[in-house]
Amino acid sequence: MNAPQDKASFKPYRLVGTRPVRPDGVEKVTGKAIYGTDHVAAGMLHGAILRSPHPHARIRSIDTKKAEALTGVKAVVTGADFPNLASLEIALGESSGNIKTISRNCMAHDKVLYEGHALAAVAATSSVIAEEALALIEVDYEVLPHVLTVEQALAPGAPVLHDDMFTKGLDQTPTTPSNAALKFTMGRGDPDAAIAAAHTVVSGKFSALAVHQGYIEPHACVASYNADGQVQVWASSQGAFMIRTLCASILGLSQADIRVTPLEIGGGFGGKTKVYLEPVAILLSRKSGRPVRLAMSRADVFRASGPAPGVVADLTVGADADGTITGVVMEFKMLSGANPGNDTHSGAMSALAHYNVANCRVTGWDVLCNSAATAAYRAPGAPQTIFPVECCIDELAQKLGIDPIDIRLKNAARPGDIGIMGVPAGEIGYVECLEAAKAHPHYSAPLGPNQGRGIAGGTWGNYGGPSTATVNLSEDGSVLVTTGSPDIGGSRASMAIMAAETLEIDYDKVRVTIADTSSIGYSMLTGGSRTTFATGKAVIQACEEVIATLRARAAGMWNVDVSQTEWRGGAVHCLSGDKAGAELTMGAISAKAGFSGGPIAAEVALNAQGYLPGFGVHICDTEVDPETGHVSVIRYTAVQDVGTAIHPDYVEGQMQGGAAQGIGWALNEGYVFDKAGRVDNPGFLDYRMPVCSDLPMIDTVMVEKPNPAHPFGVKGAGEVPIVPPLGAVANAVSRAIGLRLYDLPLTPDRVYAVMQSRQ
Amino acid sequence: MSKIMVSAQVNGDTQQFLCDPGASLLDALRDELGLTGSKEGCGSGDCGACTVVFDGQMVCSCLVLAAEAEGRTIATIEGVAEGSELHPVQRKFLEKGALQCGFCTPGFIVASKALLDHNPDPSESEVRYWLAGNLCRCTGYDKIVRAVLDAAAELRQERVSA
Amino acid sequence: MPSPQFHSPDTVEQASALLAANPSARVLAGGTDLIVQLRSRRIAPSAIIDIKRIAGMCGIRAANGGFAIGAATPCTALKDDKALVAAWPGVVEAANLIGSVQVRNRATMAGNLCNASPAADSVPALVAAGATVLIAGPAGQREVAVEAVTSGPGKNTLAPGEFVVEIRLPARPKGGGDAYLRSIPRTEMDIAVVGAAAALVLDANDICTSARIAIGAVAPTVLLVEAAGAALVGSKLDEAALEKMAEAVRAAAKPIADKRGTVEYRIAMAGVLSRRVVEIARQRAENV
Repeated sequence: MNAPQDKASFKPYRLVGTRPVRPDGVEKVTGKAIYGTDHVAAGMLHGAILRSPHPHARIRSIDTKKAEALTGVKAVVTGADFPNLASLEIALGESSGNIKTISRNCMAHDKVLYEGHALAAVAATSSVIAEEALALIEVDYEVLPHVLTVEQALAPGAPVLHDDMFTKGLDQTPTTPSNAALKFTMGRGDPDAAIAAAHTVVSGKFSALAVHQGYIEPHACVASYNADGQVQVWASSQGAFMIRTLCASILGLSQADIRVTPLEIGGGFGGKTKVYLEPVAILLSRKSGRPVRLAMSRADVFRASGPAPGVVADLTVGADADGTITGVVMEFKMLSGANPGNDTHSGAMSALAHYNVANCRVTGWDVLCNSAATAAYRAPGAPQTIFPVECCIDELAQKLGIDPIDIRLKNAARPGDIGIMGVPAGEIGYVECLEAAKAHPHYSAPLGPNQGRGIAGGTWGNYGGPSTATVNLSEDGSVLVTTGSPDIGGSRASMAIMAAETLEIDYDKVRVTIADTSSIGYSMLTGGSRTTFATGKAVIQACEEVIATLRARAAGMWNVDVSQTEWRGGAVHCLSGDKAGAELTMGAISAKAGFSGGPIAAEVALNAQGYLPGFGVHICDTEVDPETGHVSVIRYTAVQDVGTAIHPDYVEGQMQGGAAQGIGWALNEGYVFDKAGRVDNPGFLDYRMPVCSDLPMIDTVMVEKPNPAHPFGVKGAGEVPIVPPLGAVANAVSRAIGLRLYDLPLTPDRVYAVMQSRQ
Repeated sequence: MSKIMVSAQVNGDTQQFLCDPGASLLDALRDELGLTGSKEGCGSGDCGACTVVFDGQMVCSCLVLAAEAEGRTIATIEGVAEGSELHPVQRKFLEKGALQCGFCTPGFIVASKALLDHNPDPSESEVRYWLAGNLCRCTGYDKIVRAVLDAAAELRQERVSA
Repeated sequence: MPSPQFHSPDTVEQASALLAANPSARVLAGGTDLIVQLRSRRIAPSAIIDIKRIAGMCGIRAANGGFAIGAATPCTALKDDKALVAAWPGVVEAANLIGSVQVRNRATMAGNLCNASPAADSVPALVAAGATVLIAGPAGQREVAVEAVTSGPGKNTLAPGEFVVEIRLPARPKGGGDAYLRSIPRTEMDIAVVGAAAALVLDANDICTSARIAIGAVAPTVLLVEAAGAALVGSKLDEAALEKMAEAVRAAAKPIADKRGTVEYRIAMAGVLSRRVVEIARQRAENV
């Protein structure tokens, strides 16, 4: 059971750890909240995008004359309308990207690289006319051969997506272009010798298909370009500033001329950390002189946005008889889609980050293919590389006759351990998670026939980074917190709790606004599990500055030194002089602020340091139908070191939601392509995310080991929970059927085929 | 292309709107009547974000033509609360943290209310199968199911005390 | 891409005339397939004929000891008819596996049939039950077996101007029982990878006197596997008869490999599911 533990009962906090209703809740349960396609601008046109039916083709010509002539069409845009950018790597939050490929992913210039690649766009007075106009655009394609698997992409003579791409990370830069964008290697010690000398060695060749983030709201935006070059964009995105940066870079605009207003966002999970529509909408608006809305259909979302990369991985693990892992060699290849991705690096860094392995070598390859350019997906890269590791450790445990939690405890990374990158671990909580999992009643509950229990651990590095927050006092002493971090799942509530805790006032005296990019300072996008940590730090510091101001004002009013004041219970108290014992509330000071030093406010812009990785352990019970291979998840428990849970409901929600996504990845999700290289399942019917009846209750155990670098101990909780399920489910099914499983998803026909192989 | 004039009862009010013959009821609710609480997640009846009650039955409004609504009765998310008084299902969604991004929430609330109108004491399994046509990608459904079961218990209690 | 015209006629004759006058016109009953196809531009009909305002199209009535189900009757309405549930539980269950509650509040068995997907869930159950359909058209009305309505994926045998007005189920035979199961990766919201239905009649000595086995998603149309039924007739549904039946099912299955399953898996599951539905149908037959 998710027994709510009221943190206030054993921690010095009044509000941190409680579960108040989120400030934006009523708008969201009444249908009033405004999401991507809900925003309407006066005089708005409706846009539509022509997308390639071919996975790989050269565009010989695009003729838009007939579309332009259609009554009601106000603008048509193609790649020719985009500035021709030189190749340039730019920093984008946690990762980086090449502005030329980002631009060409929004609108192809000379080549389309995947089915669904945009190559022309129309704005018209209605969406029906816009769609009609698309059908009048004539494109002459030279269809090229395509590649969709690692084998195809790396085969000698394979069609190459980018003729200016040469593999990075090799000892010598190659002279011919290829589909291998990057080789990345990390490690220490002598893993080959360690494996050769090991008591027991397990190895396997693993794979997982590309999966989509699966947010329910398709991408959408409205853009309005004014004659003076100033632009407004309303977007459903994880990063309003990211949109500003990229639109300015792609279109050659001044960042101050682009005001991006974040609308409510209907899920992102990393998939809304890129631009797809916004630069196109701005160009359509510039040409038409009117605001333009662009929105993807669900099929567009599957074909042209996301996904997370598929992977193939070879892994060998050697261990002593007592279960100590002595050597690991891993080589994996991520399928990054049409453009170089970021998951190879983060996947390699994550693969063994939860274990203390003396000898290891992890080699990752970033491989391109003719499917949509991949996007971040919750702990990007980590599920793909940790899945093989957790499966091999499970097999090792079986071979050595060791409990699967004990073998992980034996090798778990602990505070102070020197990581592969040479940095000692901070106050990390993997051991505590393993111990909590072992003590959980689920772990010792009996299993029935055809059932198996799987264990897997996992980790994600989390992030800090730049954030800005302002805190303004109203005349009545109520508090307005403003941040630039889009709220993708309840962060307004955690910001309000942290502000109210710091100010020692009631939760509902604080209201939180997510501002547009012209109304708040720069904030990195909402991602990397950074918002409660980094933006939270900015909010807390701003509240502390407000307290300092309030004390100074009160000291002035009492004519005492500020050291003779104290902040307590949301008021300044006088400690000495003839006003000793007097109290001035926030409202009392604020009401007179105009006569003292002016309005009371604080802004904090910081680069949050001291973030710590998170760790999780999941326990999964499955039952396998021995005749059909159908897998049912019958019990599930997620244990996680979350640092301090500011609002436990939304921390548990992250754990449950991440687990559900991971279960989907393990069991039924995956991109399927037809013979022509087109996505064969671009809809929710055949791209099978878990539905309500597919899942049991997902029990959660929050292990709270505070982060000393955050005033309340926050670590970041959103991404870790998608990491363990792939291994936990695969190990559970393996133990249920008595055969190891290596390839995800574990659809009934695949499990059946593995069971048949026994006979 | 001539538009069709449709007259229907929407959340208790007689509403008239013009629609293209191929337009969905969802399009009409959102674009003609400004009722944007019903969401389009797929346009193919697979996600349930556009769930409304149509002549007493919950349906995906993306799978109904606007023209079919002539003379019919439609209840949307905007009509679930009584003025400023939230329906117990809405309140329980808030109290249980049963939403994260909130995009699927209107569809879940309309569907959950329809369940409880039809079955005041559903089992967990009945809740899960009834809601199988509503996709949520954020929550893993756990807190949604708990919110619906809690709302059911509260509504039963209200009926007893009434 | 001109928009279609929208008609909601009051009589069968008007509907038939509209269909005959517009060769690309489509009938709208539940719309759960039609509207998806329309909006994804897979079809561009000149007219849409909504039949739901025609008297008798929505509802179930007793007829000839059995049932006449109006073509626009949504699947959930079948569950509310206690007599129908008692007589043909397999048919009602099959129809109520389609899509979600939202979808089943609109979707109809007639639409499921005329859409002609080989994986249509209600069709194997109707075929096993020996259901017929009443078709109206310019030349009047005709009644045909359900299995004669489809001719291939997306293809039906209706002539221009014709549409299904009613599905007819016979009375439940004494000692009769039916069942339908499907294999899907999820628990709901899925298309059958394989479907199997059985309708049996057992005599007082538990000897099978009649058996109809139908399978879906393993051939261009739903198949009535007569050899499978024949394997059961005269037996007490013993292991040998069941295995012979399953073997006949596997032999009849000629599936394709696609995104939903492999050939091998579909053939094997046709055998597994047919055995399971026979077992359920047997229990229902014994419980008369």
